[in-house]
Amino acid sequence: MTHLPYFVAAYLLLMGLYGVTTSRNLIHLILCLTVVQAATYVVLAAVGYRPGATAPIFADISTHRPAVDPVVQALMLTDIVVEATVVALLLAITVQIKKRTGDVDPDRVDEFKG
Amino acid sequence: MSRGWRIFLFVFGAAGLAAAFAALSLPLPGPSSLRSRYLEAINSRTVPERHATDAVSAVNFDYRGFDTLGEEFILFVSVSGAMVLLREGREQHGKLLPDGMARGREVAGSDAVRLWVLAMLAPKILFGLYVVTHGQLTPGGGFQGGVILATAAFILYLGDGFDCFRRVVPHGLVEIGEAMGAGGYVAIGLLAFLSGREFLTNFLPLGRPGQVTAAGTMPVISLLTGLEVTAGFTLLMFSFLQETLTPKEDIDE
Amino acid sequence: MEFPWRDVAPLPVVVPLGMAAVLAGLGNYIPRRALDIAALLTSVGTVALSLILAAGTVHAPLIYWFGGWKPDARHFPIGIGWVIDPISAGLAAFVALQVTLALLFSWKWFRVVKSLYHVLMLVFLGAMCGLCLSGDIFNLFVWFELMTAAGVALCGYKCHEEGPLQGALNFAVSNSIGAYVTLVGIGFIYAFTGSLNFAGIAAALAARPPPPLFLACVLVFVCAGFLVKSAVFPFHFWLADAHAVAPTPVSVLFSGIMVELGLYAVARIYFGMFAPVFTPHVEAVRVLLLAGGAATALLGAMECFLQHHLKRLLAFSTISHVGLMLIALALLSPAALAGFLLYAFAHGLIKACLFICAGILLHRFGSLDEHVLHGQGASIRGIGVLMVVAALGLMALPPYGTFFASNLVDYARHSEREWIQGVYIFCGALTGGAVVRFALRAFFGLGLKAPVAQATPQHEARETRGDYDRVPIPMALAGGLALALGVLPVALPAYRAAFHTYAAALIGTHLFSAAVLGGPPASIAPSPLLPKLDYWPSLTSLAFALVLVWSVLVPVVRRGTHAVFETWRRFQHFQTGRVGDYVAWLVAGLAAWAALLAVQMR
Repeated sequence: MTHLPYFVAAYLLLMGLYGVTTSRNLIHLILCLTVVQAATYVVLAAVGYRPGATAPIFADISTHRPAVDPVVQALMLTDIVVEATVVALLLAITVQIKKRTGDVDPDRVDEFKG
Repeated sequence: MSRGWRIFLFVFGAAGLAAAFAALSLPLPGPSSLRSRYLEAINSRTVPERHATDAVSAVNFDYRGFDTLGEEFILFVSVSGAMVLLREGREQHGKLLPDGMARGREVAGSDAVRLWVLAMLAPKILFGLYVVTHGQLTPGGGFQGGVILATAAFILYLGDGFDCFRRVVPHGLVEIGEAMGAGGYVAIGLLAFLSGREFLTNFLPLGRPGQVTAAGTMPVISLLTGLEVTAGFTLLMFSFLQETLTPKEDIDE
Repeated sequence: MEFPWRDVAPLPVVVPLGMAAVLAGLGNYIPRRALDIAALLTSVGTVALSLILAAGTVHAPLIYWFGGWKPDARHFPIGIGWVIDPISAGLAAFVALQVTLALLFSWKWFRVVKSLYHVLMLVFLGAMCGLCLSGDIFNLFVWFELMTAAGVALCGYKCHEEGPLQGALNFAVSNSIGAYVTLVGIGFIYAFTGSLNFAGIAAALAARPPPPLFLACVLVFVCAGFLVKSAVFPFHFWLADAHAVAPTPVSVLFSGIMVELGLYAVARIYFGMFAPVFTPHVEAVRVLLLAGGAATALLGAMECFLQHHLKRLLAFSTISHVGLMLIALALLSPAALAGFLLYAFAHGLIKACLFICAGILLHRFGSLDEHVLHGQGASIRGIGVLMVVAALGLMALPPYGTFFASNLVDYARHSEREWIQGVYIFCGALTGGAVVRFALRAFFGLGLKAPVAQATPQHEARETRGDYDRVPIPMALAGGLALALGVLPVALPAYRAAFHTYAAALIGTHLFSAAVLGGPPASIAPSPLLPKLDYWPSLTSLAFALVLVWSVLVPVVRRGTHAVFETWRRFQHFQTGRVGDYVAWLVAGLAAWAALLAVQMR
């Protein structure tokens, strides 16, 4: 089962995408987008994982102890900031859409036919 | 395109993506035999070379510090962007909002909640500052601590409503603080640059591992990031709360 | 003392970002005039810095390590490295030039919110420059995300109308999903190679080549975000919605440089990391990209000709030309890549000019619809002439860069794949013809005044203030400047030859790998080959365009062609404006792209 985390990531990715595809409410859609993003966290965490290794904090352990990959954790931090950004911008857009149209259903768009 | 076609298209694609995921993950060796020279390099060099005991922070604020500069600006731009997107237009004033969009009204908080907020405020700020300043030693840093500090502002709203939030949080100062957080990071990079080294080179004395001041520019960058994140999230909350809670008469663009 | 080229390297990113922070801090205290000047000076300065960098790297690429983290003793890159050559630095200069034009357009009359508009534009500039110069896959991703975030905010800038909000929403969701897939790809490539540096990854892949299936999937995954950004079929739907509703200066940047950067990033990723391991499969990649390019080009061109709203028409035209650029890129040879780059520069400036013309129309008349404007534009015919002249560039007529570029592509296909020339002629005629038709109707009142469809709003909100009876000089200046800069430098054979030389260098980026990882320095050898020029395809395109325009504008003929256009209209059913549909297309498209590549590589 060494590849289980990747399958979890695939599951999260596809479920999130399904939610985004079929969503009838923008807030729900945004949350589904964060589920898609969760897939990237799982992939990154899985890539950095080593059996028996500790966290890469050497405050009270020797640097020779095996530790998991700090690089992917740093990448994940960036990823989290990206998520916060996207959610903030999309929620702001949603607030305005609700105000203009009184509706948050992404399928009720008349603006761009054709 | 009907919903049925859309779901058909999605299922077709999802099956393909699932297969692609299998094709990507199965050739990888299991975690025990996965090797990364990056991991080995960083974990063995961080303490002796940078005097930082948190390797993740060392990657964030030093080895790959330039990524973090971009990351900080992602937050910075999202705050500016949200402020643009949430602004109230003058042309909107006369118009009626659609049904069901009466502005949100606040429910008055109870004394118990207020007392709890008052009690939480100091520990929250203290804890946030601790996380910001100890980023290079133990898990934490500017991003994590900044979010904790921003929640200190947020519980003000929870306790006593938006008016209290607006009174206590100096909006103009927070805006300047946010810009200083982002600009300060650039300035730190340029300081190294002006002394003839590469941009963002860690040029301060490294100190002793375990000290709060250890690891050269890392704690400085961490502090600036903390400032940026605290101010950024506070501004985000301010924009959203103002947009949904302020009575229309109050607004002057 | 030699000029310190090295010290200039980070400045095209650092200067705009730093200035953005300064302007944000001063937002409440700084007058409009000072904001305009500060932003313009910054973007002009960035042009200069990037040109200095380009000049400094003509003989050898410049390798810059942030934080001074050079590769360790075992040649492993530990920090973030940039590999700067004249192409990447020149592209950064081009980015800054486009931002300068956009800022010139917005001078004084564009409605701004405190300093936020200028801040967003400068961050957008810095992010795009970072994308040009980066040599590290995760660093590239960071700039890509920064570009998306700034782009979404700018796209929804006119947030008091429904269109821009929906456009920004579709933009944000499509691009975010693309970015997540890219990040998953980066995760897997890191798992396999243990590196994030282009050269490091290329070296690791060469030392231990992964199975073909893995390669096919990882290439498509890593490129996903960039393909969405550059609006390649079937990831293109968001673009028409977003570009058409963004404020004019933002549309200039979206169509003029952002989509081109998406393709450029694909080129950098492919040639920087994957080209060596894909050597046995190069034909598979070629077929995949050619198919994607042709589909994008044809679909975009067909939809373009059906539009009556100028910005939307131009947005579909951009999609079509992205397809043409992807076809050039797909040939994967130095001449074709030179064609791609030359095309990107030329097309970017033509589109900038056309969008600026659209902005002037909006400023002057408060509408962009061909039928609403019918004949109204007579008072500013100069702008109409400018539009028609720019439209000739879309048909790849000399002396535009597009002409030289399509000749390069024609040369690069070595007399195989005749259809490529056909696609270039057809798409050029349709996209150029659509603009000519619009100009003839709006400025010269040709053709019948058709009844305006009920759904079309007669007027849309203006994005500018001031005197609506005149064309502000900075706006006209920006339009004219865009066109002039698009034509003048290309006339120099040395300029065109440079593209060829440095395209060859870009293709050989993996040859820089040794230099990046601490080996001997790399050098760039000139290859000043230029093909003989063939005028017939461009003239055919022009003739076809004229026939098309004639068939629409002359009533008698129009009745005959009506049925044909009605059939075309079916393509529009796919453009629903619903983000759910777009995501379904995106998912299916990714699967199809990966499958197409994997099947051929078997």
